[in-house]
Amino acid sequence: MSILVLLEQHGNELQKGSLGVLTKAATLGDGDVAAVIVGENARALATEAGTFGAAKVFVAESDALQQPLPQPRVDVLAKVIEENGYETVMLANSVLAADVAAGLAARLDAGLNWDLVDITSDFTGKRPALQDSVFVDVGWTSTPRIALFRAGSFDATATAGGEPEVVEVSAELQPHSTAATIVAQEEEQSSGPSIEDADIVVAGGRGLGAPENFSLAEELAKALGGAVGATRAVVDAGWYPYSAQIGQTGKVVAPKLYVALGISGAIQHKVGMQSSNVIISINKDANAPIFEFSDLGVVGDVHEIVPKLTELIKQRKG
Amino acid sequence: MKIAVCVKHVPEGSSKIDPSSKRLDRSGEGALNHFDANAVEEALRLKGDSDSEVVVVSLGPAKAADSLRKALAMGADRAVLVSDDAAAGSDLVATSRLLAKALERESADLVLFGQQASDADGAVLWAAVAERLQRPVISQAAEVTLDGGTLRAKRQTEHGYDTIEAPLPAVVAVSDAINEPRYPSLKGIMGAKKKPFDTLSLGDLGVDASEAGEAGSKTSVAALNDPPSRGDARKIEDDGNAAQAILDFLAEKRLV
Repeated sequence: MSILVLLEQHGNELQKGSLGVLTKAATLGDGDVAAVIVGENARALATEAGTFGAAKVFVAESDALQQPLPQPRVDVLAKVIEENGYETVMLANSVLAADVAAGLAARLDAGLNWDLVDITSDFTGKRPALQDSVFVDVGWTSTPRIALFRAGSFDATATAGGEPEVVEVSAELQPHSTAATIVAQEEEQSSGPSIEDADIVVAGGRGLGAPENFSLAEELAKALGGAVGATRAVVDAGWYPYSAQIGQTGKVVAPKLYVALGISGAIQHKVGMQSSNVIISINKDANAPIFEFSDLGVVGDVHEIVPKLTELIKQRKG
Repeated sequence: MKIAVCVKHVPEGSSKIDPSSKRLDRSGEGALNHFDANAVEEALRLKGDSDSEVVVVSLGPAKAADSLRKALAMGADRAVLVSDDAAAGSDLVATSRLLAKALERESADLVLFGQQASDADGAVLWAAVAERLQRPVISQAAEVTLDGGTLRAKRQTEHGYDTIEAPLPAVVAVSDAINEPRYPSLKGIMGAKKKPFDTLSLGDLGVDASEAGEAGSKTSVAALNDPPSRGDARKIEDDGNAAQAILDFLAEKRLV
């Protein structure tokens, strides 16, 4: 039951989603759970992986691995798996991890199940399909199994794990794996609390009517102590920065509370927030798809309801 | 140069899964996966009025010809459909194997994909195909330019944008923000009927039936279940007291 988890880092931080997958793996693996960290700061981050349940951490951080590109990571993972015989590989979905998972599946002729939200101890994956109207039990017919989890599927919980064994990996990189190069990067800095780490997210869509009406979302977020998110439609329209975009091509969040203001709930947005604990939505269109996955749906005008709600919350918090 | 675009024929309207085969029911009407229309559009844009060739490639049932015809009507030059009963039920490992075989016959300089399949929500196939073809891959491309033998793409990630360069031949998956796909003109629709259209079997690709379909797959579907319900989901109409109702709900859930 040996399991290998790919941890993804950005700058100096291991990403919460991949630590969540490691936390889950630690409950499945009979103790034989390892993590692999590739690229920037890999060695320095290994100890932290131990506290989330990795008994062993494979690290690879040569110059050719510094950029967040998928194909060199396939080379590293393939080597670790071939030499150590891991039966299951688990990854948290991201633009990078999805390409790593599929490249690895082709390299090893290994089965890949994606968009999983859970996995059982006998390795049955749970996958919502057809706009989450069906939950499919999926399996693997051979090992290694590759499992790609929807972001936000598991909480990252540090345990009293000890110092992990750190193993340096030096993999030979394939010519096609090193052909692509990142020549420029534009980082979008967000202001205020990070929407990925916030317990409460208030997000706005087209239904806010105009860019200046994002102040409704900002005021409510402030009163609740949360962060502000936005749909792709309003980001594309230039109403709000890309760093706040929630959805398929933006951030995936799973806060305790998600408040959707004037958001229709298109699939592009839904995949970015559907794992939220409690969803409240306000939309004047009674047929908006967002109501199908809201715990509390309010058919009404955001411009009337939100200022009142913000005021009531302020009074209550007093 | 030659640009190949991989496209998928997906069921139209509300899809369902056939409980006996546990596969997506593909018996009804279908259409070109709309994310793939962005890839076709990008290929046509890159071609411009040069003498480059745009070939659209699909793996699917005979009816997938409709989606290929649509891509031809948009302006693609030629279509290749891989269709074989033994290929039905192929998972990622098997699908990427068959598509890579079909693409090897084309030796295209650039292979394009759309960002996902709207039916199975798959958004990974390009990376598996690129690995089999041993070519560099770039996904989530919001902008693509070609400069001689070098491809440059702007990849949108969770953290911002990366500008990535790769030498051709390469594989690129474009995001749906990259362009607005054109609608086929009447002339395009009429002209599509005369464009070259090849249908290939597994035998034509030199792939044994044991390497395709369920036999060639490494994943399985065990059961279909109802989704967990959202518990006591409520929907109310604002009668002037909605703000108070939301506050009460937040209090009940201990969120304020």
